[in-house]
Amino acid sequence: MAHPLHDAVRGSLDNCVKCTICETYCPVSAATPLFPGPKYVGPQAERFRGEGPSPDDSLTWCSSCGICTHVCPQGVKIAEINSIAKAEMAAERGIPLRDRLIARPTLAGRLGAPVAPLANRLARNRLVRAAVERAVGVHRRAALPTWAGRTFQSRTRLRRQPPGRPGERPAVVYFHGCAANYYETHTAEMAVRVLEMQGLDVIVPRQGCCGLPLQSNGLYPAARHYVRRLAGSLAPYARAGHDIVSTSTSCGLMLKREAREILDMEDDDDLRAVSGRMYDICEYLALMHERGELRTDLLTPLDMEVPYHAPCQLRGHGVGTPAMDLMRLIPGLRPRQVDAVCCGVAGTYGLKREKYDVAMAVGEPVFGQVRESGAELSVCDSETCRWHIAEATGVPSVHPVAMLHRSYGLG
Amino acid sequence: MTRVAVIGAGLAGLVCALRLAQGGADVTVFSRGTGGLHLTPGMIDVLGYAPERVEAPGETLAGWVAARPEHPYAQLAGAPLEEALDWFRGVAAPLRYGGDLAANMLLPTAAGVARPTAMAPAGMAAGDLRGGRRVVAVGLRALKDFFPAYLADNLRRAALPGGAAVEARHAVATWSPRPGADVQGHYFARALDEPGARAGLAAELRAIVEPGETVLMPAVLGMRASAEAWEDLCERAGAPIAEVPTLPPCIPGMRLNLLLTRALGEAGGRMVVGPEAVGVDGSGGRIDAVRIRDAARVRAVPADHVVLATGGFESGGVELDSYGAVREPALGLPVAGPPGGGRGLGPRHLDEHPLMAAGVRVDDRLRPVDASGAPVWGNLRAAGSIIAGAVPWREKSGEGIAIAAGHRAACTILEDT
Ligand SMILES: Cc1cc2nc3c(=O)[nH]c(=O)nc-3n(C[C@H](O)[C@H](O)[C@H](O)COP(=O)(O)OP(=O)(O)OC[C@H]3O[C@@H](n4cnc5c(N)ncnc54)[C@H](O)[C@@H]3O)c2cc1C
Ligand code: SF4
Ligand code: SF4
Ligand code: SF4
Repeated sequence: MAHPLHDAVRGSLDNCVKCTICETYCPVSAATPLFPGPKYVGPQAERFRGEGPSPDDSLTWCSSCGICTHVCPQGVKIAEINSIAKAEMAAERGIPLRDRLIARPTLAGRLGAPVAPLANRLARNRLVRAAVERAVGVHRRAALPTWAGRTFQSRTRLRRQPPGRPGERPAVVYFHGCAANYYETHTAEMAVRVLEMQGLDVIVPRQGCCGLPLQSNGLYPAARHYVRRLAGSLAPYARAGHDIVSTSTSCGLMLKREAREILDMEDDDDLRAVSGRMYDICEYLALMHERGELRTDLLTPLDMEVPYHAPCQLRGHGVGTPAMDLMRLIPGLRPRQVDAVCCGVAGTYGLKREKYDVAMAVGEPVFGQVRESGAELSVCDSETCRWHIAEATGVPSVHPVAMLHRSYGLG
Repeated sequence: MTRVAVIGAGLAGLVCALRLAQGGADVTVFSRGTGGLHLTPGMIDVLGYAPERVEAPGETLAGWVAARPEHPYAQLAGAPLEEALDWFRGVAAPLRYGGDLAANMLLPTAAGVARPTAMAPAGMAAGDLRGGRRVVAVGLRALKDFFPAYLADNLRRAALPGGAAVEARHAVATWSPRPGADVQGHYFARALDEPGARAGLAAELRAIVEPGETVLMPAVLGMRASAEAWEDLCERAGAPIAEVPTLPPCIPGMRLNLLLTRALGEAGGRMVVGPEAVGVDGSGGRIDAVRIRDAARVRAVPADHVVLATGGFESGGVELDSYGAVREPALGLPVAGPPGGGRGLGPRHLDEHPLMAAGVRVDDRLRPVDASGAPVWGNLRAAGSIIAGAVPWREKSGEGIAIAAGHRAACTILEDT
C-alpha cells in the first residue's frame, strides 16, 4: 500500500530536534497517562509506520486539537502526522458505526430538524441517552446540540444571490457550516446582522458540510467528496471577488488549510480559490477595524466581565485572538481570556463513550475558570466547544458576534 | 498608538514585547513556535567563561568587549545591561531571582559541574557551591535522565575557588504523581503545585536528609506556584532544598516563559504562536508591514516598528545551506558570517565553531546594518541570538544578551515615538 502521507507533512518529522516542547503543551497527555504525548506518537512512532500497521495503539487518544503543531518551533506537522496515521489505523481496523454517524452532522441535522421538539426531548431523556450510549457509544452526558425547528438555509432563501451581482454595497458570502444551519441558527442570524451593520450585503449560497467530522473520524474518501462539493459551490463567489466569512472556526480552518494538507487536496483549483478568500468572522471584522471600516461609533456600552476561551482550531488559523480585540472595542465590556489550552471536546472526540472522561479532565481548567468568574455567560468562537463548556459549567456560552450584536442594540 | 511587531517568542522577544507593552505600545509577538526558554535552565547567564571561568562578570565584561568590538556586548555592556537586569528582577519578582553582576554564583548542573551564572531563582540559588557545601542528591525514581549518583560523584570532584569542597551522597525518592509509569518533569511539576502532593514527597525527604545537608533535587518542584512550592517543601522537609536543572523540558525555563507571557497579556500585548514571518514591505528605508504566513495566505500586518528576535541556528533565525552560504531567512538581511571566512566549523563536537557567531550586525540602536555599517531599515531592531558575534553556549552569555538587547530595543523604540 502506498503511504498516503503528503510528502511535506511526513517529511517535516526530520526537523524534530526532540526538544519536548510539544509534550509540555499537549492537553491530553496532561490529563491521562494513557497517552504518551505528541513527540512519541508523532515524529517518533511515524518512523516505524512506513507501510503496514501502526506499531502502537496509544495514538487513538490524540484528540487532533492541533496544539502541538503550532507550538513546535521546528515546523514539525505533528498533529497532521497523527491525524493521517489515525485514519490509516481506522481504515485497517474498520470504523465503528458510531464514528460514521457522528461524522455526518448533516444526516443527524436533517433527520432531527423537521421533528425538532421531539428530537430535542429525546436527546435530553436520560433513558434514551443511556440506550444510545449502549447501542452506539455516544456518552450519555456528552453535550449534544439543540435542533432548531427551521434550518438557517430555509430562513434565508432570499439571500441566495448569484456571484458577482453588481450591487450598491460590497457583498460578502456567509459560510455558516452545519452547526449554524441545523442547531445554532441564532448565531448565523446575529452574524449576518453584524456584517450588515458594517454596510455589507450578505450572500448565503446553498452549501453542504465541509467534511471535517468525516476527516477526523478517518473517513477520508467521503471527506474529500464533501470538500469538493462544497468548494465547487463557493468557488464561483471567490473567483468573482467575494470574501467568504465563517462563524465556524473548525470548518473555516478546514477550507483554509486542513483539507489541502491532511486530505492531500493541494491541487484542487476550486479549493484553492476558496482558501484564498476564506476568513473567520472575527478575523474579518478585526481587519475591517484595522482599515477604519468597522462601525465602532454605533457600539453601546455593555457593563460586564466575560471569560473568553480561544478554541484550538482558532489558534490553527494563525491570526491571534481577534475576538478579544473586537470585544475590547465594546465600551464597558471586560473580556478575560481563560488561561488554559483546550476545553477537551475537540469536535467529536469528547462525545465518545471511551473518551468522555478524558475530555472532561482536559477541559477542567477551562470549566473551573468559567465557573469561578461568576459571569452570566462565557464566550468562545467554536460551536462544539460552546456546547461542551455550557454543559460542563451550567453557564451559557455564546459566539463573540453575540457580544457585538448586543452592543449594536440588535436584540 | 505605536504598533510594534516582534518576531520570535524566545527570551529576547518576550522581554522586548513586555517592555514595549508596559511603555504603552500596541505590541504583537509572532512566533513560529514556542521560544527557547522551555529548553533553558532558567538561570541568567551574563558571562560565564572568557575563556576562563569568570568570577565577576561586570568587571570582566569591560576588558572583554574592548578586545571584541564585534561582540553584541560592545553595544550593551554597562548601563543598558544593568538597567535591563534591574527591570528583569522586578518583572520576575514572583520567581525571586537573586544574584547580580558583581559575582557569578556556581550552581550544580545535573552532570555535577559547577556552572557560573549571574542570576537564578531563589530555589536554584540555594544550591550555590561557592565556599563548599554538604549535599545529598535525591533523584525521583519515575523521572528518567536524572542520576543522583552521577551528580554526587562529579560534585565531589568539582573545582571550586579557594580549594572549597563539596561533600556529597545520594538517595532516591519514590513518590510519583503517576504510580507505575515513567513520568516526565512537567507532570511532577504540575502535581507539586498542590500542597497535598508536596506533603507526600516531603515525608520521604525528611527520612533521607541529615542535619547540615542541602537536598539537591531535579528542578520539578512546582510549575505555577514555584517559589511558594519550593519554600513550602523546604519547610515540610525541615531542610534546605536546591533545584538542579534537568534535560528539557526544563521547568525553571517554562516557569519564566509562563510568567513573561502572562505579564505580556496583562500589559495588553498579543501573542500569535504558529505562523511565521516571511518578509517585510516598505519603502524609503522604512518598513510599513511584516508579511506573516497564516493558515490561508500571506498577509501584510501593518507596523510602525519591527523587532527581529528569531534566535540563532537552533531556532532557524540563521540558516546554512549546502554550499556553505549563511542566510537570515525571515527578512533576507545581510549576514555577518563566521569570522575568518570558510565554513567556520571545527572538526569535533566540542571544538570552536566560529560559524555559531554568525548573525546580523547591529548599530548602537540595535538596527541591523549592511556591510557599510548603514541601517538596512530605519525602524527595524534585532535582539537576542540573531545578533552576530557571540557564541552563547561557550561564553555562557545567552540570557544576558537576550535580556539586555530585548530591553534596549524596546527602550530605543519608545524613545523614537
Ligand atoms: C536548542 C537550544 C539550545 C540552547 N543552548 C544554549 C546553551 O547551551 N547555552 C546558552 O547560554 N544558551 C543556550 N540556548 C539559549 C539561547 O542561546 C539564548 O540563551 C536565548 O535563549 C536566545 O533567545 P532568543 O530570544 O534570541 O531566541 P530563541 O529562544 O531561539 O527564540 C527564537 C524564536 O523565534 C522563532 N522564529 C524563528 N524564525 C521565525 C520566523 N521566521 N517567524 C516567526 N518566528 C520565528 C522561533 O520559533 C523561536 O520561537 C539554547 C537555545 C536553544 C533553542
Ligand atoms: S516540539 Fe517539534 S521539534 Fe520539539 S519535540 Fe515536538 S515535534 Fe520535535
Ligand atoms: S493534536 Fe492535541 S492531543 Fe494530539 S498530540 Fe497534538 S496536542 Fe496532543
Ligand atoms: S474542542 Fe475546543 S478547545 Fe478543544 S480541541 Fe477543539 S477547539 Fe480545542
